[in-house]
Order: sequence, then C-alpha cells, then structure tokens
Amino acid sequence: MVVAPYLCTSPVLIPEPGFLIPMQTVIIKYNAGNVQSVMYALDRIGASYRLTDDEAEIRAADKVIFPGVGEASTAMAYLRERGLDKLIPTLKQPVLGTCVGMQLMCRYSEENDTTCMGIFDIDVRRFPQTNGLKVPHTGWNSINQLRGPLTEGLPDNAYVYFVHSYAADVCPYTTAVCDYVRPFSAMLQKDNFYAAQFHAEISGNVGQRVLENFLKLP
Amino acid sequence: MLTKRIIPCLDIKDGRTVKGTNFVNLRDAGDPVELGAIYAQQGADELVFLDITATVDERKTLIELVRKVAHAVNIPFTVGGGISSVADVSALLNAGADKVSINSSAVRNPGLIDQLALEFGSQCIVVAIDTRWVSRDNISLNEMSSQHVVHTHGGRKPTELRTLEWAKEVENRGAGEILLTSMDTDGTKAGFALELTSAVSGAANIPVIASGGAGSMDDFVDVFTTGKADAGLAASIFHFKEIDIPDLKHYLASKGISMRLTD
Repeated sequence: MVVAPYLCTSPVLIPEPGFLIPMQTVIIKYNAGNVQSVMYALDRIGASYRLTDDEAEIRAADKVIFPGVGEASTAMAYLRERGLDKLIPTLKQPVLGTCVGMQLMCRYSEENDTTCMGIFDIDVRRFPQTNGLKVPHTGWNSINQLRGPLTEGLPDNAYVYFVHSYAADVCPYTTAVCDYVRPFSAMLQKDNFYAAQFHAEISGNVGQRVLENFLKLP
Repeated sequence: MLTKRIIPCLDIKDGRTVKGTNFVNLRDAGDPVELGAIYAQQGADELVFLDITATVDERKTLIELVRKVAHAVNIPFTVGGGISSVADVSALLNAGADKVSINSSAVRNPGLIDQLALEFGSQCIVVAIDTRWVSRDNISLNEMSSQHVVHTHGGRKPTELRTLEWAKEVENRGAGEILLTSMDTDGTKAGFALELTSAVSGAANIPVIASGGAGSMDDFVDVFTTGKADAGLAASIFHFKEIDIPDLKHYLASKGISMRLTD
C-alpha cells in the first residue's frame, strides 16, 4: 500500500464528541465505467462513501461525486431516464464532476450533438486532428493557471492523467488550464460545482490531493 | 505538455511476477501488488499486468489480484492475457482495472474490438500486437514493415496479418492504444525495434506503446525520438533493478524528452 505524506488529512471517520454522524460522500451511480476506480481512490484516502442513484440520498449527502467515462449522449439519456439531469443542477452541497461527468455539466457537447445539463455555460468541442497530435488526448499532461480550493497545494505544471477526445474551452469558470492542440479547461468551478477533465482517481499523488481538497471543502 | 510514458510490465503466472527471455525460462521476480505499488511511488506512469498463463481456473486468482492492485496503486493500469469476451472485460474493469489488453482473441475475431469499444469506450481497449520479422523471398513488398507478421499465442503462432495493416484496422475498429511488441528484439536488451515502431506510430492516430528490447536508458531515448513511440514498456530491466525508474526519467528529461517528474 502506497502511503502519501498527506494521508492523515481525511475529514472523515474519527467522530469527535457531539459529532455522531460521519460526513457522507455519495458517488452518483450511473453507467459510467470508472466508478470502481473512484471508489478505490476514496478507500486509499480513508473516506467513507455510498454509491447510489437515489434522489433523497443524493440530496442528503455532504459531498457528491459525479464520475464519468463513456459517451456523452448515452450518459445523458441515462441521467434523463432517472431524473438525475434535473436533480444535479439543483444540488447545494459541493459536487465534483470528473471527465465525462464534467462534460455533462456543461451546456452542450459536440459528441453526438448532445444537450447537457448547462451548469457551466460553455460548450464541449472535439479536438481537431492536427499537427500529428493523436486523439484521444491520452496520458499525463501538465495543468497551470491554477486557482480555487481544489488546486490548493499543487505546484504549477502539476501532472495529471487524461483520456478524452472532447474538451471545454477556457472560460471564466476555468480553474486549471491544460494545453493539447488548443488550451482547454482542465478544471472548472462555479459556486458549489467543481469539475475536472482529468482522472483524479488515477492521477497519482496530485490527483489524490485534488480529491482530498474536495472532501475537505466546508 | 503531454509527456512520454514509462511503463513497467509485470508478467503474471499463478499470481506471481515472472519474466524470461523470449518468453521462456521464467524467473520469479516478486509479488505483483507490492512491485506495482513500488513502481507507482517511483514515478512509473502506468502499469501493465500480463497474465501469461490465463486459463479458466486461474481467472479468479487474476480478478482477486486486480482488486488488490487497484486498491494499492494510484496510477492507471492495464490487464491483459486470455481475454476473449465482453464478460471477461467487464469482470476486470469491475475489479478496478483501468484498461484491458487483447491480442489473440482480436486476431481470431476482429469484431470483438468494435464490440468492446462500443460497450466500454475506446479509452480502455488496448490491442496488443506481437510481431516478428518474416523473410518471404517470393513476395515483393514496398514497405519494410509489411514483412513484420503479426503473431499470436505468446509469439509462437504466425498469422496472415501484416503489422501495419493490422495496426490501422484495430484503430478503425475502436482500439484506444496499441501495445506493439517486437518478438525479434524482446528479451535481447539490444534496443527497441525503432523502424517498426516509427512506422506503426506514423500510421496510427492512437498512442503506440513500444515493447521489446529495452536494455539501456539510451534505448528509451531512441524509442521516443527515432521510434516516435508514445510510451516505452519494459519488464526485467526494471524488476532486476538494472534501470532505476527515477534515474531513467531524469535522464530522458535531460535529453529534452517530456517527462512527468514526481520528485
């Protein structure tokens, strides 16, 4: 088991007197392929969580993680069938969308002409195949122009792991920028909604720090 | 900037790490979970686990191993060996694997690539191509790489497929990456097959992981420059500490190759 130096900062599991209900993080259950990796990542940092698509349970959670791997229109259809597309934008607690989860929180995705939830007023566009750069953008790339609580403690040009063919442009909500073919939003934030295009759950100690920063949010 | 990736490969038999020369004379090189976690901590960019003797009976051992690895490592890892169905892939991904690698089953049934890409997304489907140079005096071919013939079953069985054409086909069918192993250089420590790697990387618009032949740090320099590889994979030189991963990554960075340095 790899032990990172900041492992002891998890906000959960040790109830203090008068604090009998531990913080509850919910991972939204839907047809996203990487849910298991997200669960293991939370296990590694000692956070408790539940996997659910139950509206009441999601609403009652302290933190909500909205993962995603796969194709945008299929994922949106799945969310609509269960009413999750209406629920997620109304949540008041901190919400973290990752990869396709982040893209679905935007306004529109070019991937199969998909109308998304519109939390971030920005479109998601495919990388053009230029300059011999391969698509999907696969591997470790650096993020910079970092701001906001989720990037706390990260050095500029921290490396995180990406796999995606579509990306959101840089916009006023951008809290981290990555450059591949064109500069794009590696992270977004608007009010209580946070999002990361990269896979924090498998992005080494940097990704682990992003998850810890999210779980530490008030 | 997108970095080149260094990938240690752990060959697994009966839940243990093994590696031999040209796929024979296997030697025990330790516990895969412990080794994987060490590599992740040392700055490996990804891990590949190849179950080299996958049979139905051993499947449960493999799934259990995948679960342990997924708990212990915080970088992406790929599992390959004996995967031949949607159900196999589903079981591995559910156990926590980030990607799966298919080889013989894709050659036997190329439609499996389409099926897996549709079901799980291209990002988690790696097609492994084992290739060997075959001289065919009676065939006149334009491209050198066209005489690299795809092999299956751990490199023992030649197929009718030529490497470049197969690489393009697997991309078109939805593979997310190609793991290219030169059976001619594998185990020799004489360097990667640069011309072959460069040809495949130039033909495919998906990342190519070069494998087979790494013996020195300069071999990695060559595979990323001349060979145009996106990632370099090796096994025994890492397992037996002939090359230290942090040293290798610093060396490559000093040669102007984009690297993720974690220390």
